[in-house]
Amino acid sequence: MKKTLFDKVWDSHVVQQIKDGPDVLFIDRHMVHEVTSPVAFLGLDNRNISVLYPERTFATADHNTPTINQHLPVADPLSAKQLDALEKNATAHGISYWGLGHEKNGIVHVVGPEYGITLPGATIVCGDSHTSTHGAFGAIAFGIGTSEVEMVLSTQCILQPKPKKMRITIKGSLEKGVGPKDVALFIISQLSTSGATGYFVEYAGEVFNEMSMEGRMTVCNLSIEMGARGGMIAPDEKTFEYIKDREFTPKGENWDKAMEYWSDLKTDADAVFDQELVFDGNSIEPMITYGTNPGMGIGISKGIPMAESIDGGAATYKKSLNYMGYEEGDTMIGKEIDFVFLGSCTNGRIEDFRAFTEIVKGRKKASNVTAWLVPGSHKVEKAIEEEGLLDILKESGFELREPGCSACLAMNDDKVPTGKYAVSTSNRNFEGRQGPGSRTLLASPIMAAAAAVTGKVTDPRTLIN
Amino acid sequence: MAYDKFKVLTSTAVPLPIENVDTDQIIPARFLKATERIGFGDNLFRDWRYNNDDSPKEDFVLNNAKFSGQILLGEKNFGSGSSREHAAWAIYDYGFRCVISSFFADIFRNNCLNIGVLPVQVSAEFSAKMFEAVNADPKTSITIDLENQKVTLDTTGESENFDINPYKKENMLNGFDDIDYLLSCKRRNQRIF
Ligand code: SF4
Repeated sequence: MKKTLFDKVWDSHVVQQIKDGPDVLFIDRHMVHEVTSPVAFLGLDNRNISVLYPERTFATADHNTPTINQHLPVADPLSAKQLDALEKNATAHGISYWGLGHEKNGIVHVVGPEYGITLPGATIVCGDSHTSTHGAFGAIAFGIGTSEVEMVLSTQCILQPKPKKMRITIKGSLEKGVGPKDVALFIISQLSTSGATGYFVEYAGEVFNEMSMEGRMTVCNLSIEMGARGGMIAPDEKTFEYIKDREFTPKGENWDKAMEYWSDLKTDADAVFDQELVFDGNSIEPMITYGTNPGMGIGISKGIPMAESIDGGAATYKKSLNYMGYEEGDTMIGKEIDFVFLGSCTNGRIEDFRAFTEIVKGRKKASNVTAWLVPGSHKVEKAIEEEGLLDILKESGFELREPGCSACLAMNDDKVPTGKYAVSTSNRNFEGRQGPGSRTLLASPIMAAAAAVTGKVTDPRTLIN
Repeated sequence: MAYDKFKVLTSTAVPLPIENVDTDQIIPARFLKATERIGFGDNLFRDWRYNNDDSPKEDFVLNNAKFSGQILLGEKNFGSGSSREHAAWAIYDYGFRCVISSFFADIFRNNCLNIGVLPVQVSAEFSAKMFEAVNADPKTSITIDLENQKVTLDTTGESENFDINPYKKENMLNGFDDIDYLLSCKRRNQRIF
């Protein structure tokens, strides 16, 4: 039978099938962080069992960490306790632990690929919904709950019903000023935040073939925001080039064996998807969100849609605009903003900092804007310095913070105050996501840069030299 | 951890007529700092439920004494966003045992099933009927019969069947948990990496 990429990876990991029930799926790699793991480790302790394959599990601290003065003890006692718990649990179970200050520390979905933990054809889980990021390498990667974290720690397996399959093909090419983040926000705006619920998505077509690995990660990262379990892209030369010789990738004979497996990792011609969608890349504009879920996005030149043109409840739609302080029909260009956040597992990689720097170079940060530039990892931080980006950023009035999730979920002190607007490169614009009462506009790194230097929402294409 | 058995639940319901309720609303990130599963119910829907000075917001349904019960009646696309199981814990800890909606986000649904909260997906029409009945009379009771996979609006006797994976149903009926099952599975670790 003709198989899709997803089928090939899934089927090769099924340990057991339960009649009329979920599959028992073997998990190759498990990433753990401080927020969703303590209760799972407690569960192990209560059952008096240990982690089955500690070498398949990797722990990093990211969600709940400060992004300044990381060398000092963490001030918030609850956060400190959670970080301590992760360290104790990881150490007790023999798991690699990259805590605060460790050179490999960073956001879980940024460090995974950086160190070759993320591999094509692997199954990867983490107690975080944006685990879908790793699908960029042709892995099946998805977010899980804490009970499932406990399952994987104790048995390296998980119970999952096999999702349906969707392919999203984007043909053509992208116009100047349009990048991976715009592609993802465009797809979500077309599908809504529940349009892919129950599906696993494969992205295909020229636009993804041309895209860098970083860009593919951005797109796969946002799969969850259309409700999908995850998204993946077939591995190609670019993928193998990226992973080769990283610390945890197979070496020598094992690499050859892996390459053999990987060479077949593509959807067979004539394989059938439950749903197929095709879009034209050239029709995508730089995107920005205006509401309180990632599906509420528009091309920068368009107006905020009228309630009657929206599928679903007008009351919920109006509540959302009310929260944002916007009116139907408003244009986004020229809207006042207060904060800019460059970072997160969506856009906290080196390519994102390059794009941001390109726009702010030779310009100055607007005085009304507070900018948080937060690298996704120490590796990214180092590259920013080494490539000379830091000097340019400083010259323009920006500072760099230390790595972590930061204002993406505002569990630490990086909170946008009530009523303030933030142009953010992260992934969620839910009410209060970036701090109680905060208002988030999701956008690409260059849109964030354009906002940072003009002090308002600006079409980044007008600033491209 | 093993949870309570779920067989038949008859209860009044608390209606929440908002679509796309994401897990950041159910439990905001700043309340995820605990290292044990206790006390999450206090912060369920925190920012919709309380003002910045911690006084209750009168127009939010959990602060409306008219409505109570073990069933949370939600709108479509309930539980989207973050995978935090804490959202399901908060719902459980507050006292809900069942969430009814015409559409659930995937991870949230799984999380509920894993901790003993029953997600019941009904048609949009039946959901609308239940909202109407509960709003008209907050004492309206609803019965969820897991064995027969049936949800009934007790006042009118109207009912609808709902789907649940048979394996998960067995677990809920018996209060079993997945880890016991997985521990009993044969091991396999002959992977390339
Ligand atoms: S950056 Fe945001 S989305 Fe990514 S792992 Fe951290 S909290 Fe989750």
